[in-house]
Amino acid sequence: MANQGPAYYSPYPTAVYEGIITPPEGKALLLTKVVDEETAMREVARVMLTSENATIFPGPQVLYGYNEEAKKKAKLIKEMSEVLNAKMIPMYDYRPKYPKIDAEVEINPNHPNLTIWHNNIKAAIFIGVHCHYANVALKIVRCETDCYTIAMCGLSGHEDAMATLRDMHSHELEKFIKIAREVKSELKL
Amino acid sequence: MSKRSDMTETKNWSGQTLVTADHMLFEAPRTKHFMTGSEVLKEAVKRCTVDASVSYPITPQSEAAHLIGELWAEGYVGVYFRGENEFGVMSEVAGCAMAGARTITTTSGPGTLRAMENFAQWSGTRIPCQLILMARGINSPLTIQPDNLEVSYMLETGCQIWYAENVQELFDMSIAAFVVAEKPDVHVPIITVVDGFFVSHTRESVMLPEDDIALFPYDPYKAPLPPIDSETPPGRFLRDPFVMKSNYISYAAHASWQWEIRSAVERSVPYAKHYLKGLVHVTGDADAEIAFIACGTASYQAKEANRELSKLGIKSKVIKLRTIRPFPEAELLEALKGVKTAFVPEFNVVGWLEKDVKRALYGKCDTEIVGGPRVAGGMSMPAEAILREVMEKLNSGKGA
Repeated sequence: MANQGPAYYSPYPTAVYEGIITPPEGKALLLTKVVDEETAMREVARVMLTSENATIFPGPQVLYGYNEEAKKKAKLIKEMSEVLNAKMIPMYDYRPKYPKIDAEVEINPNHPNLTIWHNNIKAAIFIGVHCHYANVALKIVRCETDCYTIAMCGLSGHEDAMATLRDMHSHELEKFIKIAREVKSELKL
Repeated sequence: MSKRSDMTETKNWSGQTLVTADHMLFEAPRTKHFMTGSEVLKEAVKRCTVDASVSYPITPQSEAAHLIGELWAEGYVGVYFRGENEFGVMSEVAGCAMAGARTITTTSGPGTLRAMENFAQWSGTRIPCQLILMARGINSPLTIQPDNLEVSYMLETGCQIWYAENVQELFDMSIAAFVVAEKPDVHVPIITVVDGFFVSHTRESVMLPEDDIALFPYDPYKAPLPPIDSETPPGRFLRDPFVMKSNYISYAAHASWQWEIRSAVERSVPYAKHYLKGLVHVTGDADAEIAFIACGTASYQAKEANRELSKLGIKSKVIKLRTIRPFPEAELLEALKGVKTAFVPEFNVVGWLEKDVKRALYGKCDTEIVGGPRVAGGMSMPAEAILREVMEKLNSGKGA
């Protein structure tokens, strides 16, 4: 039986219609609150380090080495997964999988709940996913699962994630990894 | 053909200096000109580093489309061609925009309706193109006269809709429209509406920045979907996934997708507030108990009525809606504080703006909303028609 999320059965109302929009530049969003980036980073690290089956979902923008920034980010995401003790399940393509997704090894924006249910994932980071597909996926995850979703976005962020960090380029990823190491040490993990 | 590869970091392909929208709209010195709406649109497009424009003639936008063609001939617009018909034009606009081009087109009345399927497809594919809609009648017997009934058909397409009152607003809005539509968290099409003839063919004073500056080009790699680019992963030739199969996955994806489009329109609010200096513009008496809620040239006529009412010692104010999608509900509620009766003058027979206002305000505001006056089919709206509506309300049963 699926564990339904805060928005229950249906993928709406969306966060925007509840008055939440993407955070301004230099800020982050934790549930409904706009907070400093570092505050959000610490909370994201804590959630990932303490949740069951924490997983990173890397998307095409970091899976394919089409420029130097993408390659640098990919290496940092691997390092991030080690620091957070997190699994990685890629979203390498946006086309829905028919007749059935292999939920062990992949996630898809049109039915992301299947992968989250199958692997009993309680916290997840979306990174390198094109914004539209991240938003479509996050709305479905929010209604269909009890997974704590985190968006690490290179652009404006995603209000349907429970935590959103915007303008996350390689420099910001390095900063997050440093903070995650500190939190891990504080939690004695 | 003008190409991106002809640009430098500071100059576009026609040698114009690249500037931000803030500089273009708020900082660059301006000089006074005397132009029609069609002519001023040419001036706006000239300053927007537009990659592509597709056209098809239909009154009253034909001149605007023609003038954008002249810009192509002068080297300011990258690609310009005529479509087979309006459906073809809007499809070709989609193709240009999906391939990463800053794209603009214009249409009117029956042309809008012929192309209708494309507008929902535009928003669904998250393209940030701009349509300049020069509104005219759509009904039979055929009319080429001004009437904005066609806007009602656009309301639920998932596109942003802005409404310019005059030539100056058309210039400023059509520049700001590209910038807001291209924000990564918005990135849905924008329809900039003006009343055909009343704005497209009317010559007015307008303040313009010099034409040696232009907006920075659109960056399609900041789009929320990958542009069509077979060399940059994930390579895609068709961006819509095949989610039409009849199973729960299809329903959930469709529902989420459609709400995402509408969420994107709402995310434009802070950007639109900045570039338009507010989603609504209020003029008249701040403490008035009578208000007019209007858009486009109906708001200009409402301002005339406001002046006439002032002469009679009756206070009123005009609340001009600059955006229709997103609908400026919060700003409208704020502007209606203390207002007992609000009239909604419109250039159409159905009263689509009145319906939108009532839907947004239901249960949130005590102001009585009165639909009217309404004119249609090319009829002008004299201030006397608005005054008559007010007087009949104030002197109920005693005549205007």
